Amino acid sequence: MQKEFRQIFRDKTILAMMLVAPTMQLIILPFAANFEVKNVNVAYVDHDHSSYSRKLLHKIGASGYFRMVGDPRSYKEGLEMIEYGKADLVLEIPAGFEKNLVREGSQKVNLSVDAINGTKASLGGAYLVSVLANFNSNLDVNVKLPDGKAVAPAAKITVAGINWYNPRAEYKYYMVPGILVLLLTMIGGFITALNIVREKEIGTIEQINVTPIQKWQFILGKLIPFWIVGMIVFTIGLTVMYLVYGIFPKGNLAVLYLFAAVYLVALLGLGLLISTFAETQLQAMFIAFFFMMVFMLMSGFFTSIDSMPDWARAMSGFTPVTHFIKVVRLIVLKGSGLADLKTELGYLALFAVALNGLAIFNYRKTT
Amino acid sequence: MKAIICKGLTKQFGDFKAVDSISFDVEQGEIFGFLGANGAGKTTAMRILCGLSYPTAGEATVAGFDVYRQQEKIKKNIGYMSQKFSLYDNLTLLENIEFYGGVYGVSRADIRTRSRELVSTLGLEKEAGKLVAGLPLGWKQKLAFSVAIFHRPRIVFLDEPTGGVDPVTRRQFWDMIYEAAAAGITVFVTTHYMDEAEYCNRISVMVDGRVEALDTPARLKQQFSTDSMDEVFYQLARGAKRSAD
Repeated sequence: MQKEFRQIFRDKTILAMMLVAPTMQLIILPFAANFEVKNVNVAYVDHDHSSYSRKLLHKIGASGYFRMVGDPRSYKEGLEMIEYGKADLVLEIPAGFEKNLVREGSQKVNLSVDAINGTKASLGGAYLVSVLANFNSNLDVNVKLPDGKAVAPAAKITVAGINWYNPRAEYKYYMVPGILVLLLTMIGGFITALNIVREKEIGTIEQINVTPIQKWQFILGKLIPFWIVGMIVFTIGLTVMYLVYGIFPKGNLAVLYLFAAVYLVALLGLGLLISTFAETQLQAMFIAFFFMMVFMLMSGFFTSIDSMPDWARAMSGFTPVTHFIKVVRLIVLKGSGLADLKTELGYLALFAVALNGLAIFNYRKTT
Repeated sequence: MKAIICKGLTKQFGDFKAVDSISFDVEQGEIFGFLGANGAGKTTAMRILCGLSYPTAGEATVAGFDVYRQQEKIKKNIGYMSQKFSLYDNLTLLENIEFYGGVYGVSRADIRTRSRELVSTLGLEKEAGKLVAGLPLGWKQKLAFSVAIFHRPRIVFLDEPTGGVDPVTRRQFWDMIYEAAAAGITVFVTTHYMDEAEYCNRISVMVDGRVEALDTPARLKQQFSTDSMDEVFYQLARGAKRSAD
């Protein structure tokens, strides 16, 4: 059955795609797919025009996360800028800002946030609040969302916001392992499914079915080469992660590889299963895409599982990706060992056995 | 021993009887022509005999093995070449031979000697290391046939092997079929070319899922009092109720 190995290497384009594409994606994607908010457009209404208020504005502008887009004359005009999408935040500095700070030791500023782009608004707001707090902890910030519903309690800001300050590294560490997992998922799920369905389309599968080859031989012959390619991709991914982002797994590499190995088998099983249902590559693509979408959205890659409704959390448990992302993050970032992850390994193994079992069961040489 | 025995073999898809109770025997070493218009049920019948499809009713044995229960044993003893080109385009000629040889359990040493022989008889020494995708159709078909009998099966099934192939290559192809038959391989072949039908020892003509005629080409012509196989086929097939696809 080693001959099946060649089937993968015969396709030089696919091979190149499988190896080069993930590397590129791993290098490029984290920059786009991080949750960090930059270039928040701030409009400010300075009623005070004091040196102190100018100093504050200068500080906001210098933080690197904000872009000062204008100084409308009134608060109302500032809100209009939000409506037209020119500004994300309006900061209103009342008259007597400097005076009150010096004299009474506290002063309120108003901050209005455009909540349409939720992430940008809430994170941008939080950043700004922390900038203000850093500027002078005696500032009282009044955060308002435009619809007036979710008026955050006037935050008596302490220096707690400082962690927000350099979120960049945090996201990178968080996202890169996740993306690595997704790449592995794509390889496992898509390529096997497409490969077998392609044989169906060309007609070679019929030639195979008319040979005395055993089902398990055929499936193993398909699995092993893709499994190896998957592991190579994983290795490349880890290397890129180390070279480009300087992330080296804190945990044991062997444990990481063990999980990757089991995970790949599960995903390949999924691909095989898809291929037994689909008659054309187009169908296979659609089915695979459906699973990928569910996996990506449910896996806790983009969103936190803890904030999902119960049913979604339950479903999330049924997607192998969830477990693997969790594991990879734990191993890479936290350095968890095998003992901590026993249940996850069990889950993944279960997926592997179930999916491959179904695939073998469902693959028929004779109809 | 007979190579193929069919008794009342039937394959039904819903109400549609693709193969309607066909019965015939094929002798070992015979070249058996399996004729019929498009949609007459030839391919379906052939798929059953190759163990790719379960019959709905009737009995059949291929190389002495039952088509219901011993399909894997049948598969070991037959070769199959479909109307679609079924070698891997992106493997080289030798890799294809090696792959299929391996699947049929031919030993490595045998694969090596036999593929060298094969390449030289086909006159493809120069192309042996090239991808199959670049070969002309006629050569591909000859290669596919050689691969189908590479493991020395008892019976080889050929489903319209010469479709789209030029007359010279077709002649060469039939020379190969004769050689295989002389070596004792039973050849079961479907075709639409009536001149090819004449090359067969015996032929059967399927119409609407049934075998309407079965004899040597000479006696069939006599029976329909004509001197061309075209005419025989025409007389039989025009009674077909199924529209050709």
